[in-house]
Amino acid sequence: MLTVQNLTCARGGVPVLAGVSFAVNAGNALILRGPNGVGKTTLLRTLAGLQPAVVGDASYPEDEGAYASHADGIKTALTVTENLKFWAEVHGAPLPESIFETFDLADLRDRLGGTLSAGQKRRLGLARLGVIGRKVLFLDEPTVSLDGFSVKLFADWLQNTHLAAGGVAIIATHIDLGLAAPELDLTPFKAAEGAGGGSDEAFL
Amino acid sequence: MSMWEYANPKLFMGWTRPVLPWTFALAGICLVVGLVWGFFFTPDDFRQGSTVKIIYLHVPAALMAINAWIMMLVASLIWVVRRHHVSALAARAAAPVGVVMTLIALFTGGIWGQPMWGTYWAWDPRLTSFLILFLFYLGYIALWEAIEDPDTAADLTSVLCMVGSVFAILSRYAVLFWNQGLHQGASLSLDKEENVADVFWYPLLVCIAGFVLLFIALVLMRTRTEIRARRIRALEARAQRA
Amino acid sequence: MIALLLRDLRLAIRAGGGFGLGLAFFLIVVVLVPFGVGPETELLSRIAPGILWVASLLAALLSLDRIFALDYEDGSLALLATSPLPLEGAAMVKALAHWITTGLPLTLAAPTLGFLLSLAPEAYTYLLISLLIGTPALSMIGTFGAALTVGLRRGGLLLSLLVLPLYVPTLIFGAEAVRRGADGLDPTGALMLMAGITAGSFALLPFATAAVLRINLR
Repeated sequence: MLTVQNLTCARGGVPVLAGVSFAVNAGNALILRGPNGVGKTTLLRTLAGLQPAVVGDASYPEDEGAYASHADGIKTALTVTENLKFWAEVHGAPLPESIFETFDLADLRDRLGGTLSAGQKRRLGLARLGVIGRKVLFLDEPTVSLDGFSVKLFADWLQNTHLAAGGVAIIATHIDLGLAAPELDLTPFKAAEGAGGGSDEAFL
Repeated sequence: MSMWEYANPKLFMGWTRPVLPWTFALAGICLVVGLVWGFFFTPDDFRQGSTVKIIYLHVPAALMAINAWIMMLVASLIWVVRRHHVSALAARAAAPVGVVMTLIALFTGGIWGQPMWGTYWAWDPRLTSFLILFLFYLGYIALWEAIEDPDTAADLTSVLCMVGSVFAILSRYAVLFWNQGLHQGASLSLDKEENVADVFWYPLLVCIAGFVLLFIALVLMRTRTEIRARRIRALEARAQRA
Repeated sequence: MIALLLRDLRLAIRAGGGFGLGLAFFLIVVVLVPFGVGPETELLSRIAPGILWVASLLAALLSLDRIFALDYEDGSLALLATSPLPLEGAAMVKALAHWITTGLPLTLAAPTLGFLLSLAPEAYTYLLISLLIGTPALSMIGTFGAALTVGLRRGGLLLSLLVLPLYVPTLIFGAEAVRRGADGLDPTGALMLMAGITAGSFALLPFATAAVLRINLR
């Protein structure tokens, strides 16, 4: 469902990863590993189409990609329900009742976004993924500030709802989600020092 | 080899190095000849007296103030379409030169206007348009300075330049609509008979050529500086990664 | 797109100051002018169209940097960019929301303030019409400027420097229409030209705004 071929991506005009290739079939996840600064975020943003690839391309069904990072886009002046409803409407999807149970938000439905704790906010941000109905998820550190119980909630949703329905997830994370998913270490793909394609290249 | 290859930064540095001193020299010769000829060897105007001679600074500066913006617009378009770094940097290099030309035009205009109209400044359409042009230049330069990543800055200023050009033209018409003004008609047009007599016309042409050459020389020099700055940046980025 | 519009309006109301601040600023500027130029009714009446237009322009400018800044900081903008909503549409909706929260209240409040400045009675209609069709252009142009400066830490001042020159044609036609109305001349020409600017802005600037946003999100 997701094919990445010979992808080079750059951060601040300097290539960080080169020659990244992998394929993920429907119903599977892929965990990205690598030390800080190796380019996990850059790769995910490039895959999601937020920044152009230097070389190569990633193909997945059009309008099926969704990106999620630590910035959840939660409005502090809107309630939990309003926040989710907004994203559902933007994506032209219904707002399923079950989502509040799945992410343990049922008690928080009418709380304002600004009054949530960091972990609760994070759960709300992840619940957005369950609302928008996108098949290919690019998740950047999805479990930051979640407690063990919430991590399990999220992993369960990912495994039993998203992947079971034929979705795909690419996850950059440092913790063990407990998913039966292959891991991809990005260290070997680190762009060589003289790697071509940087925006400054013409000046060297 | 297509003409675009000359825009490669390294090649550009190569061919501008020998060209630059000649351009400066030619500009200097034209300006000295034109200005001396204009100031000392033309008769006083029967109406305007000797004040008319400021035309040799005012008209070329005003022309270049507008042409610099047009050059920036073209360079921005080339950057957006073909992504030639030199093009973006040339646009950046031209802006301060354009500002100075605008200021020269405004100041010499004021000095000329005082004996002619009895005032240094009037909200005349042409004068006002130049003041607005000055503001556009300021915004453009400020945006370049504010953004750290050079490619992002080039992209954003290009869009600003294009949108700004449309609004600059709109402002020109709006200002005409707003006030009919006291500025005389154009000093130059293709049928020169109507405008300026030959005695004034030839030295003026030499001065204009001088200003054009000076503009080219300054832009080339500043572009070279910008390229060097970019090169330092690139080398530093590389050194940090190593 | 309606969802985005409703969300922005709701945020403007809840966050407070959405409607109020710009309007209060407008009022203060108009009240300060007589202190500056003196209380002669005749003079005030002559400069009233210009004052009202310049003041509404400044009031619109005041809230521009909030159009995208908050969405950029909390990540909503990146999420919107990957949503099915075209960024061009989002840009237009943002401008519309800004207009509803600033331009529209300004337009409705302007006649009252015109009264304070002894605006000529004939001019009120044209004041309303010119602000009604002119302020949307201010919002759209401002949205473009806000998109240009969204990634910058201290973009506010730069935003004014970029946007104010772009406001010149709208201001000229707007104030001119009211002035002609006050002088008993025909303001149709100025109004038509201003409507043209508004229509042109809404037709073209969403594309420029979206392009600029994509660059800033990179």
